[in-house]
Amino acid sequence: MSGVDGLWLLGGLLVVTLPVWLPRGAVRVTGALWLAFAALVGLRLGGVLGDSPLSILATFLGIATVSWATGAVALLRRVAFLVPSLVLLIYVTTLLMYAAPGNPFANERAASPQVEEALRAQYGVPEDAADFFVVYLRRIVVDGTLGPSIKVQGRKVEDLLAPALPVSLALGLLALVLAAVFGLLLGLRAGLRPHSLSDHGSMAVAMVGISLPNFVIGAGLIVVFSLGLGWLPVAGWGGLHHLWLPAVTLALPYAAYIARLVRAGTIEAMQQDFVRTARAKGLPEREVLFRHAFRAAVAPAVAFLGPAAAGIMTGSFVVEVLFGVPGMGQWFVKGAINRDYSVVLGTATIYFGLITLFNFLVDIAQAWLDPRVRESA
Amino acid sequence: MTRIEETGPVRRAFARLRRNRAAMGGAWTLVGVVLLCFGLPAALGLDAQSTDPVRHLQPPGPGAWLGRDSLGRDYLARVIVGGQTSLLIGLLATLASVTIGVFYGMVAGYYGGRVDEAMMRLVDFLYGLPYMFLVILIMLLFSETARGEPLPVFLALGLIQWLTMARIVRGETRSLREREFVLAARSIGASDLRILVHHILPNLLGVIIVYATLTVPAVIILESFLSFLGLGVELSWGQLVSEGVDVLNPIHSYWWLLAAPSALLGATLFALNFLGDGLRDAFDPRGDG
Repeated sequence: MSGVDGLWLLGGLLVVTLPVWLPRGAVRVTGALWLAFAALVGLRLGGVLGDSPLSILATFLGIATVSWATGAVALLRRVAFLVPSLVLLIYVTTLLMYAAPGNPFANERAASPQVEEALRAQYGVPEDAADFFVVYLRRIVVDGTLGPSIKVQGRKVEDLLAPALPVSLALGLLALVLAAVFGLLLGLRAGLRPHSLSDHGSMAVAMVGISLPNFVIGAGLIVVFSLGLGWLPVAGWGGLHHLWLPAVTLALPYAAYIARLVRAGTIEAMQQDFVRTARAKGLPEREVLFRHAFRAAVAPAVAFLGPAAAGIMTGSFVVEVLFGVPGMGQWFVKGAINRDYSVVLGTATIYFGLITLFNFLVDIAQAWLDPRVRESA
Repeated sequence: MTRIEETGPVRRAFARLRRNRAAMGGAWTLVGVVLLCFGLPAALGLDAQSTDPVRHLQPPGPGAWLGRDSLGRDYLARVIVGGQTSLLIGLLATLASVTIGVFYGMVAGYYGGRVDEAMMRLVDFLYGLPYMFLVILIMLLFSETARGEPLPVFLALGLIQWLTMARIVRGETRSLREREFVLAARSIGASDLRILVHHILPNLLGVIIVYATLTVPAVIILESFLSFLGLGVELSWGQLVSEGVDVLNPIHSYWWLLAAPSALLGATLFALNFLGDGLRDAFDPRGDG
C-alpha cells in the first residue's frame, strides 16, 4: 500500500463521515445524490437501463430530484452514510486483494512481461490498486457489467454468479426466517416466566447454538439425519429437501442470539409502567402482551437482524462448503484463493449491496417499532 | 480500612460469581482443558507429527487412546497440540482486540461531540460489513509468507473483533465522564491522559473483563471457520474437525476423528460462554439474566 492509497482511504473515510459534519439541508442533497447513484448502478447491472448517456443522466437526475423532494431526512441521512460505505468497501477490498502476494497471472507458465502486459490489458487489470478501482467503478457504472472472470475463461462474472445468487439468497432467507421464528418463540417462552423450568430449558438450547461452531452442528446433523436416519440428503443441491440441513445449521447460532435478546426484552417490557397500566385497566394477559409489550420486547432483536443477516450471508461460506451447496460463497472462496480479482470483487459487491439494503430495511423497521427512534432521527 | 476494601465492587462481583454454579463449572472446565493441552504433552511425550501408514485410521484402543488419523498419526497428540494453537489464538487475538477497542472507545467516549460521532461512524462502517470477507482477505496477505503460522490468524482476528468492545467502552466512558470524581480530578488540574488512565480505566475493568471473556470463544469459533475453509493454521481444533468431516461417509464410520476435536472445542466454548455470562451477571446485578 502506497502513500497515495492512504490518501484515497482517508478521503473515503471523510466522505463516509460526511453526514456528521454537514448541516441538515446539505445532508438531504448528498443522500439524494447517493441514492440516485446506487439505483443507477443497480438498474444497469440488472440490465433494465440501456446504454444511452441521455437516459442514464435523466434517470440519475430524476431519482435524485424525487428522493430529495419526498424522502425523509432520517432516511436520506442513512443513505448518505450507507452508499459511500459501499464504495469505500469496494476500495478496501481492492487494496487488500492487491496487497496479497501473487496475482491472477502469476501461475501461467513463466509468462514474459509482454504477455503479462497483454493479459492485463485484455482483462482490465492494471498493476496499481487505485487504477483498478477506477477501472472497476467505470465498468459497473458506465458499462453495466462486473467484467470478465480471469480464471474461468470466456465467462463474465455476472454469468457465473447469476445461478449462484438465487441459491445463496434462498438459503440465507430461509435461515433468517428460521432464526427469527425459533428465536422469537424460544425467547418469549423464556422471558414470560423468568427462572422457570421453560426458561432454563430454552436458554440451554440457546447456549448450544451460541457455543458450537456451525460446522460442528452441521456435521452432527449430517450424522444423525442423513447417515443415521436417512431422511435427508448428505449434500448437493436440487430442491427443498436439500435446503433444510444447511438452513438449520446456518440459523441456529442466530436463533440463539435472538432468543436471548427477546428474553431480555420481554422481561424488561413486562416491568414497564405502560404494561402495568394495561393490566390495571383489566386487559387479558394475551392482549397486554401482544398489544402493548410486544413491540418493546422485540425491538432489540429487530436491531440485531441487520448484523444477523450479514453474519448469515457470510456464515454461508462455511455451510456451502460443508453441504456442497453451489452458492456465491463458494465463488468468493475460490476466487480469493485463485486471485481472480473480478470474481472476488463481484461477489463482494453483491454481498455488500445486499447487506447494505438489508440494514436499511432494518432501520425502517426499527423506526416503525420504536417511536423514540422516529422522533430523534 | 481493610473492611471497606473487602467489600469493594470487584470483590463483591467475584463473590457473586462464586455462587453461580454454571459459571464456576465453566471456570473449572477451562482450567482442566488448559492443563490437558499444555501439561499433557510434556508429561507423556506425545508426538503429533510422525506418521505410521500401517496403522492408519486405527480406532481408539491401547497405544492410541483416541485412534489414529488417515496418515497413522496419534490422534490424542494431534487433538492436544491443536488445542494449544486454538487456545493461544483465542487469547492473543482477544488481547489485541481488547487493546484496540478499549483505547478507541475511551477516546471517543471521553472527547465526545463530533470526534465521537465521526469515530463511531467508522465503527458502524466496519460493523456493517461482513467480517468473514475482511478476515479472508487479510489472511491472503500473509498466505505465502507464513502459511500455517498462527501469527497472521490472530492478527486478522484481533483487527476485526474490537468493534463491540469499542462500543461498550465508549458508552461506559460517556457516563463516567460526567461523574463527580472526574470533575474533581479536572478541578485540581489533572491532564486528560491522567484522568483517562487513573480515573476512568479502573472503573471500566468490570466490563472489559466480561467482554474479553466473551471475545475468546468468538475468536476461537472464527479461527475454526477459517481452518475449516483451509485458510487457517496448520493444526488446530477447527482444522481437525474439518478433517473429520472430510472422511464422513455412509460406509465406514471414523467417528473418533470427528468426536474428539468437536467435544474438546465444544467443551471449551461452553465453558467460556458460561463463565462470560456469569461474569456479566456478577458485574451487572441489575440485569435479570
